[in-house]
Amino acid sequence: MIEVKHLTKQFGNHLAVDNISFTAQKGEILGFLGPNGAGKSTTMRMITGFFPPTSGTVIIGGDDISTRSIAARRKMGYLPENAPVYPDMTVARYLDFCAEIRGLSGAAKRNRVAQTIERCFLSTVRHQAVNTLSKGYKQRVCFAQSILHDPDYLILDEPTDGLDPNQKHEVRLMIREMSVTKAIIFSTHILDEVDTVCNRAMIIADGKVVADDTPKGLRRRSAFYGAVLLTVHGTSHADLTDSLGRLDGVASVSEVETKNDRLTLRIFPKDADLPIADRVIASVGERGIDIASVFVEQGRLDDVFRTITTNQ
Amino acid sequence: MPYTNLLRNSRIIMKRELAGYFGSPVAYVFIVIFLLLTGFFTFYISNFFEAGQADLKGFFQWHPWLFMFLVPAVAMRLWAEERRLGTIELLLTLPVTVTEVILGKFLAAWCFIGIALVLTFPLVLTVMYLGNPDVGVILCGYIGSFLMAGTFLSVGSMTSALTRSQVVSFILAVVACLFLILAGFAPVTSVLSGWAPVWLVDFVSATSVLSHFASISRGVLDLRDLLYYLSVMTLMIFINGVILQNRESA
Repeated sequence: MIEVKHLTKQFGNHLAVDNISFTAQKGEILGFLGPNGAGKSTTMRMITGFFPPTSGTVIIGGDDISTRSIAARRKMGYLPENAPVYPDMTVARYLDFCAEIRGLSGAAKRNRVAQTIERCFLSTVRHQAVNTLSKGYKQRVCFAQSILHDPDYLILDEPTDGLDPNQKHEVRLMIREMSVTKAIIFSTHILDEVDTVCNRAMIIADGKVVADDTPKGLRRRSAFYGAVLLTVHGTSHADLTDSLGRLDGVASVSEVETKNDRLTLRIFPKDADLPIADRVIASVGERGIDIASVFVEQGRLDDVFRTITTNQ
Repeated sequence: MPYTNLLRNSRIIMKRELAGYFGSPVAYVFIVIFLLLTGFFTFYISNFFEAGQADLKGFFQWHPWLFMFLVPAVAMRLWAEERRLGTIELLLTLPVTVTEVILGKFLAAWCFIGIALVLTFPLVLTVMYLGNPDVGVILCGYIGSFLMAGTFLSVGSMTSALTRSQVVSFILAVVACLFLILAGFAPVTSVLSGWAPVWLVDFVSATSVLSHFASISRGVLDLRDLLYYLSVMTLMIFINGVILQNRESA
């Protein structure tokens, strides 16, 4: 378990991280979301022991990162932002070095390095110097380094940054696969990623945790969550809006657009968890109006993200 | 066992660093320039052959001045480069202590300078072929030179940790080394000796690399000289650690 308790970091007059507390259990994939400069990387740097916190503590599997630093770091894998790797080392040599410093030697070391190279799809560049690699490969080398010693806790700072969509997909699969036995914290700018990878998301803004929920829970906060987007043929249905508004469970109806002889309405429910699509469809059908399409909105993370991080 | 860990981890880091030196042009450029310059000073300025003496005084006397520039050039990348590349973030979050990392990096650089020194052996062979030099004095000269290089290196390592700019680190280190040399230089001490109390003059010249280097290269391995070098190195490495542990940015 990763326990973060009242973590605070002050740079001069600037409060970069302001009293953040949370815990992450094994099996959890915790996504850090937030605008640039919100304190995500600083928080991660304190968790991994790169910066000492101004106040507060981090406890990694029972070991305090400040007082039992080495024991805590042994259990952790870290992928820093921008994936820094020594440019003139070859991939194999670099991973060899990492394995040695993590206490592996002999056949165990060779096997582990070979396995990791295989796992991160680095076989073809094994003997290439890091500075000759593309951004995607570099990112994977650094990722390989973080999982090399099979740590219980993984801290990944923007692990999919700079990767193409296929590579992003691979990395996400790897993260999901590993999450069974590990606690993983990773930061990202890509909101879709939170939906597809995480089972818990934290939004950080101005150094504070402003939301901590499941991705679904966050989407529920969207004004559009559970709303029905209905498009019907014909535009002259004067009282349609009113009659739909009077339906049981409907809070309000708004007209979205009229285009190509079609009318689009958005119908908001009173309670997002009680579906209204069936009633809407039945009611429109009774009136003999042709339905072109019906779509139940899932809520948009970027709306929620923008609302939470800008309106405080 | 903390000490076995210290040795093990420092050795692994040292190995990586040394491989890094020889994997880049830096090492070869340094060695070639060092050898060319020592050759130039020994043969053209000190007139090695015309002097008609079977010793290497004309060779060693230039080392403080050569090292003043060349050692900071080796040391400047030690930390500044790690900070510029961001690799320091991975290095210092590995399960190793700051002491282990500093020692590993320092010893690698020192070893590397040692290799450059060893490569001046043809000069020793020449003297031995031409005459009957005192091998003990020559050995002492090498030991003194190596210790002085280590002292300058510890200064350079410390200034390198201060900044992410290698140029700034280099200049700071050169100035610090210049001070360490000049403090014992006769013209400087004579300026002081006119008015300052004797103990102050003694103290200033005692902080100088030059006086300790001179006595070792005369063939006298005095414990006090060894102690001087080791304590300056320890102090610098300690300050280096304090700087690294209190940095507020990558």
